[in-house]
Amino acid sequence: MAFVTANWNPLGESFYRKIELYEMGWNLKDGLRDCLVAAAPYGGPIALLKAHNRRSPSARPQLEIFSSSGLPLASFPWKSGMVKQLGWTVSDDLLCVQEDGTVLVYDLLGGFKRHFSMGNEVSQSQVLETKIFHSPYGTGVAILTGALRFTLATNIDDIKLRRLPEVPGLQGAPSCWAVLTQDRQSKVLVASGPHLFILDNTACTPVTPPGLSPQASSIVHMCVSFSYKYLALLTDSGHVWMGTSNLKEKLSEVDTKIKGSPKQMAWCRRPKSQQPSAVVMWDGLLLVVGECKETIQYHLEDDSILVPELDGVRIISGTHHELLQEVPGACEEIFKIASMAPGALLLEAHKEYEKESQKADEYLREIKEQSLLSEAVRQCVEAAGHEHEPETQKTLLRAASFGKCFLSNFPPEQFVSMCKDLRVLNAVRDYTVGIPLSHTQFKQMTLQVLIDRLVYRKLYLLAIEVCRYLKTPEYQGVSRVLKHWACYKVQQKEESDEVIAKAVSVKLADAAGISYSEIATKAYESGRTELAIKLLEFEPRSGEQVPLLLKMKKSPLALSKAIESGDTDLVYTVVMYLKNELNRGDFFMMLRNQPVALSLYKQFCKHQEQETLKDLFNQDDDHEELGNFYVKASYKEQRLEARIAHLQSAVDEYYKAKNEFSAKTTEDEMRLLRFQRKLEEEKDEQLVGFSLQDTMTTLLSVGLHKHAEQLYKDFRMPDKRFWWLKLKALAEKEDWEELEKFSKSKKSPIGYLPFVEVCIKHHNKCEARKYVAKVSPEQKVKAHLAVGDVEGAAEAAIERRNESEISTVLSRCSATTDHLLVERLNRAKATVPKK
Amino acid sequence: MASHLFCGRVNLNILREAARKDLREFLDKCSGSKAIVWDEYLTGPFGLIAQYSLLKEHEVEKMFTLKGGRIPSAAVKNIVFFVRPRLELMDIIAENVASEDKLHPRDFHILFVPRRSLLCEQRLKEKGVLNSFTNIDEYILDLIPYDGDLLSMESESSFRECYLESDQTSLYHAAKGLMTLQALYGTIPQIFGKGECARHVANMMLRMKREFAGSHTQILPVFDTLLLLDRNVDLLTPLATQLTYEGLIDEIFSITNGYVKLPPEKFAQKKQGEGGKDLPTEPKKLQLNSAEELYAEIRDKNFNAVGAALSKKAKVISAAFEERHNAKTVGEIKQFVSQLPHMQAARSSLANHTSIAELIKDITTSEDFFDSLTVEQEFMTGVDTDKVSTYIEDCVAQKDPLIKILRLVCMQSVCNNGLKQKVLDFYKREILQTYGYKHILTLKNLEKVGLLKPQSTMRNNYPTIRKTLKLWMEDTNEQNPNDISYVYSGYAPLSVRLTQVLARPGWRSIEEVLKMLPGPHFEERQQVPTGLHKKRQPGENRTTLVFFLGGVTYAEIAALRFLSNMEDSGTEYIIATTKLINGTSWIKSLMDSPEENLP
Repeated sequence: MAFVTANWNPLGESFYRKIELYEMGWNLKDGLRDCLVAAAPYGGPIALLKAHNRRSPSARPQLEIFSSSGLPLASFPWKSGMVKQLGWTVSDDLLCVQEDGTVLVYDLLGGFKRHFSMGNEVSQSQVLETKIFHSPYGTGVAILTGALRFTLATNIDDIKLRRLPEVPGLQGAPSCWAVLTQDRQSKVLVASGPHLFILDNTACTPVTPPGLSPQASSIVHMCVSFSYKYLALLTDSGHVWMGTSNLKEKLSEVDTKIKGSPKQMAWCRRPKSQQPSAVVMWDGLLLVVGECKETIQYHLEDDSILVPELDGVRIISGTHHELLQEVPGACEEIFKIASMAPGALLLEAHKEYEKESQKADEYLREIKEQSLLSEAVRQCVEAAGHEHEPETQKTLLRAASFGKCFLSNFPPEQFVSMCKDLRVLNAVRDYTVGIPLSHTQFKQMTLQVLIDRLVYRKLYLLAIEVCRYLKTPEYQGVSRVLKHWACYKVQQKEESDEVIAKAVSVKLADAAGISYSEIATKAYESGRTELAIKLLEFEPRSGEQVPLLLKMKKSPLALSKAIESGDTDLVYTVVMYLKNELNRGDFFMMLRNQPVALSLYKQFCKHQEQETLKDLFNQDDDHEELGNFYVKASYKEQRLEARIAHLQSAVDEYYKAKNEFSAKTTEDEMRLLRFQRKLEEEKDEQLVGFSLQDTMTTLLSVGLHKHAEQLYKDFRMPDKRFWWLKLKALAEKEDWEELEKFSKSKKSPIGYLPFVEVCIKHHNKCEARKYVAKVSPEQKVKAHLAVGDVEGAAEAAIERRNESEISTVLSRCSATTDHLLVERLNRAKATVPKK
Repeated sequence: MASHLFCGRVNLNILREAARKDLREFLDKCSGSKAIVWDEYLTGPFGLIAQYSLLKEHEVEKMFTLKGGRIPSAAVKNIVFFVRPRLELMDIIAENVASEDKLHPRDFHILFVPRRSLLCEQRLKEKGVLNSFTNIDEYILDLIPYDGDLLSMESESSFRECYLESDQTSLYHAAKGLMTLQALYGTIPQIFGKGECARHVANMMLRMKREFAGSHTQILPVFDTLLLLDRNVDLLTPLATQLTYEGLIDEIFSITNGYVKLPPEKFAQKKQGEGGKDLPTEPKKLQLNSAEELYAEIRDKNFNAVGAALSKKAKVISAAFEERHNAKTVGEIKQFVSQLPHMQAARSSLANHTSIAELIKDITTSEDFFDSLTVEQEFMTGVDTDKVSTYIEDCVAQKDPLIKILRLVCMQSVCNNGLKQKVLDFYKREILQTYGYKHILTLKNLEKVGLLKPQSTMRNNYPTIRKTLKLWMEDTNEQNPNDISYVYSGYAPLSVRLTQVLARPGWRSIEEVLKMLPGPHFEERQQVPTGLHKKRQPGENRTTLVFFLGGVTYAEIAALRFLSNMEDSGTEYIIATTKLINGTSWIKSLMDSPEENLP
């Protein structure tokens, strides 16, 4: 414990420490000398490529990929062109930028994924220098061509090449340059001698860093911080200028007193730290510069590279892997010699407690007196997160746990989650895994991404353990890992379809929310259609099955799956696809076997393609529907002849369908239409389109009784309806004479009450009375009442000895004027025999 | 604002809030000022979810109705289309987008309700406008909370699509809606059903449950049972004239999306000084739901009991106003004043309903209404259902409204399990000659869905069904009902009887009848995770969700509410449906009458 501060070095107000992460497991003959090296941030993998031997171009160098601990992940001979630069994407893919501007993409296990070009201009003038950078939009590539022009792609997954404007007066390669991300745009900062330019899409703007020391005649190196917020410049006079990357503010300037060109320079600044600091590396020497005049110097024995991280810089050499960082606040408070910070006191208290010394109480008291115990616990927990050694972590956590005992209501979440996080971090930092993530980095990168990284390394088991341990919701955690595992599994060519399908289904059986279709897609992409179909069977979401089945040209299966899902939109999608893919005959045949799809398609045709609808009915010999189709079509016609022609087709179809009623009815319709037309021509009466009833009403109202009579006979209209019709039509016309004649023409099939009522309706009481006598006995009371003859009604009701009728009449009597009548009725009512 | 949703056993406001949240999220996705272009059909259902004020809060400045041509100019950044996924609407949208002013382009977005459609997107692509849309999203609005115990999909043509056109899209949405409901209210452990559509929905639900396996949050089940009922299991009930207060309002004035429009004459405000000189000419629009205390009280009563209830209420209210004379101390007066707004609201509500009741009474006391009701009741009791009815004949002769005729003929056919060919042909010919031959298609539709049919050789089983299920009750008490038959003054709706029997004593007792009704009947169980099994308190009621596929009438709802409120029922019912219907709207949805096109 006493040695925690042994590797601390003061710089201004704060301390820096260099921690050994790993002793490298690789065995490199010449170390990193003459190698292209690229190490991914967040403890990612390292790629190595021996520099091309100009003298024997036929010799094929080996491209090797290692974990951060130096364990080999992949190795293969480089067969393509001359590589200018290696780099990693945010999703752990390796980018190899060739001299001709072609970029090859490999996964971290050396599998070739794809390649893309940085454009004709680049391939013609060749790549001079390349930088691979990360922005909120993904991983980007910036290239300086032999023609001294910059070409940029901000996101390699969605390549949009941008050629930046020319830098004025640029004669040879610029002394240094960097990519900035500002205002949601990627820009290039170029140093040409003493001049600095910012290149964006449209312009090249000269800039001057504020307060740059005047001794400098050129800028020899520059670097941008991890967050793109800060910029450091190294001048030929050996000054390091540090400021904001928008070049508006200077933070510090330090004279390194070294005037050579450095090998590498990187920011080394913790988030939230007050002090800007950068690391500059020359051959054999590493310098940390901050705000003060002093610097920290480290001696380097071996060729090394710097890997900037969010909270420090990793230094990788042929033998070792170290982390250089500013000592985090909490650690400094606790471990600084003679610190009296609450955390330090708590740690001390716990130490004494372990020794069973009463001093523990004294320390505790001291903290509690200042009411800083919860602060102390918090410091210990936080510091534990920043410590690399599990032993130190444990000591700090124990102290925190000890302090917690003396606090009531201290929220436990922070402590618990730190314990869990550390357990996970220690597991992935393990030599065999080799992901030296700091807690700060882990929080920034999120668990999701860490799981992805484990999956890329095919560490499925560890990934699942992590998910289970952190209780990640299944479909984000375990299920996702299993899906990746299955996708990997289906690409294993040596195993048979059955074996793989079984293995996958067994492993994934209980996992929730597995997307089998994604796995099946992978299988299909690896050319295993049969396996893909087998796997799709496990997919419960038909919506997911269908598109892939279509892609695999398994349309009948796709159609039945779509139908199974009940999602009609999906069925339509398949049907429309089939419609375009198949010839009409096959298409119809396929629909014929799937009634659900067929009826949906008919619906579609009804609104969109009337003619196809007809063909479909024809194919099925569905004469009934064909008849209906023609009937509908007939109403769309403007010309009577066309309309009748359609109706004739309908009649034919109805006969074929053995639907005599419909056929006859339609014939009637045609007959009526012809009749109407004929009469229109003769008598100039608007008739076409009227119903039979309305036609006759019209005829009667204009006095064409003969014609109406004729229709009545021709269409075998029921007597009752004809009588009603004529009665109403005549009354409407107030042709009372004709009405009377009609009433006497024969015995009315509807009785005579309607005559009474219709007359009353037309306010002709006088005419109405004429018919009262003819009304049948059952309706007499009603008839009398209708014409307002209460006495008559009373007579009739009493005569019929009908209780309810008597009551009806009674309700119409007024007590004052008709009291005699009321008495009579009441008497009669009393004598009505009860049923 | 949505107080009517709280009062039921299940807090349906959760569903409404979830729907509102989704809407807000979508609106915020289209940042900046916006104009909404509405598929007109959707405005009604949306009114049940959100008022204009909510839209306004999210920078909706203008609203237009979707129609061809160019969208009216409006100085907004975004144009948002709210549409159903229909091809014909896509064509209009494409036209809108194509004719947009190129100089002042606005951002376009589409919100599909209730679901995105690949088919529609394909159409937009074919029209070359798909890329013009910044956001294409779906707004999942399947079951809309309509009242405290009522959910509706407000899908007008659902019955027609399912039974006439074999298009089961609305059933898919119903199943999806039930999944959403289960996500919010827990898995429903028991599912019962009767009918082909019910079976289809249950199958889809079980299937979707597998799809969503694991992604569901754990919620204690609110519903114990789901009962899925096909409308075609009970074709009779909607044909009968509803005799509850709400039912009659719907029959006569038709309630749309919770609102009714009434003739204004009876609602003229008699303000002093104006002397009622100008009568309002705009129809009076009223919202009807259980947030209104008086309405909640009388909506489900038989209309014959409404008068008494209204006059009782009138007494209570005037007594309450009289209280002011008794208020002596300052405290008493203060209390009286604090109740005043509530009392005034009650008084205006009373005035409204008295007017509505008067309007209805004018109709129910008419001879026409009485005669037609008599015939309906004769049919339902099986009197002369195999002969041509003189009443119908007379009505046709008088050219009464066609829908009235169709309702009666269909009813006779259903009550007789089909009509003799001769009778059927007679009716058909009568209708075609009187109302025009074009109605032949409508008649065919009615035959296709089984509302009209020729008698088969099979025996008429309606009397058996009627007797076993006690569909006709002779001694119905309309004032203080003791049986659901009060909602039709004698006829107990078959659908509700099935529901009632299911709760007690169970469907096993009526196997024979169930076999006579169309479609399969079934029972499914859904596993509820251990720990989520409900521990029922003694005396605590079960909650059953009854889903009517193809529509439900207000009278049926009243009957179910009656069952919920029965002292010893042991079950409370929540009702879901594709659409609230009555005989008229239902038959109308099945009609196919081509427009005359002759010059």
